[in-house]
Amino acid sequence: MSKELMNKKDIERALTRMAHEIIEKNKGTSRLCLIGIQRGGVYLAQRLAAKIQEIERKEVPVGSLDIALYRDDLNIRKQQPVVRRTEVPFEVNDLKIVLVDDVLFTGRSIRSAMDALIDIGRPASIQLAVLIDRGHRELPIKADFVGKNIPTSLSETVEVQMEEEGLEDGVMLRKSKSVEDNGAE
Amino acid sequence: MLNKKDLLGIKELSVEEINLILDTAAGFKDVLGRDIKKVPALRGKTTVNLFFEPSTRTRTSFEVAAKRLSTDVINFSVPTSSVVKGESLIDTALTVQALGADFIIIRHASSGVPHLLAKHLNASVINAGDGTNEHPTQALLDAFTIQEKKGKEIASLEIAIVGDIMHSRVAKSNIYCLTALGARVRLIGPPTLIPENLKAMGVSIFHSMEDGLRDVDVLIMLRIQMERQGKGFFPSTEEYFKNWGLTPERLSLAKEDVIVMHPGPMNRGIEIVSEIADGPRSVILEQVTNGIAVRMSVMYLLAGVKR
Repeated sequence: MSKELMNKKDIERALTRMAHEIIEKNKGTSRLCLIGIQRGGVYLAQRLAAKIQEIERKEVPVGSLDIALYRDDLNIRKQQPVVRRTEVPFEVNDLKIVLVDDVLFTGRSIRSAMDALIDIGRPASIQLAVLIDRGHRELPIKADFVGKNIPTSLSETVEVQMEEEGLEDGVMLRKSKSVEDNGAE
Repeated sequence: MLNKKDLLGIKELSVEEINLILDTAAGFKDVLGRDIKKVPALRGKTTVNLFFEPSTRTRTSFEVAAKRLSTDVINFSVPTSSVVKGESLIDTALTVQALGADFIIIRHASSGVPHLLAKHLNASVINAGDGTNEHPTQALLDAFTIQEKKGKEIASLEIAIVGDIMHSRVAKSNIYCLTALGARVRLIGPPTLIPENLKAMGVSIFHSMEDGLRDVDVLIMLRIQMERQGKGFFPSTEEYFKNWGLTPERLSLAKEDVIVMHPGPMNRGIEIVSEIADGPRSVILEQVTNGIAVRMSVMYLLAGVKR
């Protein structure tokens, strides 16, 4: 069973608004960069950067971050997560980083991401942008920019599909059989 | 996905498993290029280096890899241990495990020792060289280096392994690994050091450098083990150099963009001249760096197997 929470247009509009909010909060794009969490967050970071560039006519550097090696559940997972590349081709020291992810859930991925970022350098600040906030936080973490808040139950999964992966843009809510699978990404 | 507790040899791995280890190693190579070269992935785990044969390079490489993954490392060196008092191999290993080892990295002069220990231990056993059998992480780091230099698709490459194939666990692991990945492998060396039955592994054999080096993309030089001298395998090191040593003239027979590899330690002036070892075609020092990334990858993937 699945239900569509956002379609292509909804995602487009949410990202446009978030791009404006990011520019407003940071008073422009000076010393700003976007870093997406592998994998969904990377595509979203690229889309946000394109929108920001369209609005401000200035290029914003984009990086990607792999958090597999910083997870706190390596001992309890059935299988090691795939290690992907971290590509941040610029110095993060003294930059204002907007960390981008698709779904904010327990907050543990974000904690891992912050640890990973701080091992790369010392940013001036870290802000968080997510397309979906589905609640159920287990750590004191809050997003600065949210595409859509969606109340969910623990037995559901939220799936963000994107064109970059060969699927049609959309956000789906699914009933999942096993609670263990929740928020695996 | 890696569904094994231990890494005993390349022979025991599928092509998918080899590729998974190599792909994962690329992520760890990134980590090694950062200012902070350590990740918390295996925090709280313990690695024991159990080396029954002298080794500086491999042991140090495993030690660095284990530390970069945040495991604690204990070097169990044999001359100072109870092994000299006659403790059995399995007792030693069980003792090491009881100390809390999650990974046991073993090197032993007898083939099959890692396989024996893997049966008796819950810890992950990683073969760091057993007799004349295998040295799997060396082959994986060689394959990783070749992919880095020649592109991911190594199926079309001509790869030559030169030297004492018969006694070389590096050669054996390399043959398994490179043929599994589809490369064409040729062995070059004196007839006394290349058993003809290796042809069954899908390789071709040459006894002269002039014949074997033509159009080669990758050249893996092996170390001539000095202890073999005077045992009838080859007349003398001078004679060996004259026939099978790698010189610029011989290297010019290979493709222009050939890369030269060596697992170390090198005998300069016997199997390879310094001009090549330190020259632009050599990737010998990059092999050392890649060894750390590949060993991190192996340990990380083995740690994910539930048991």
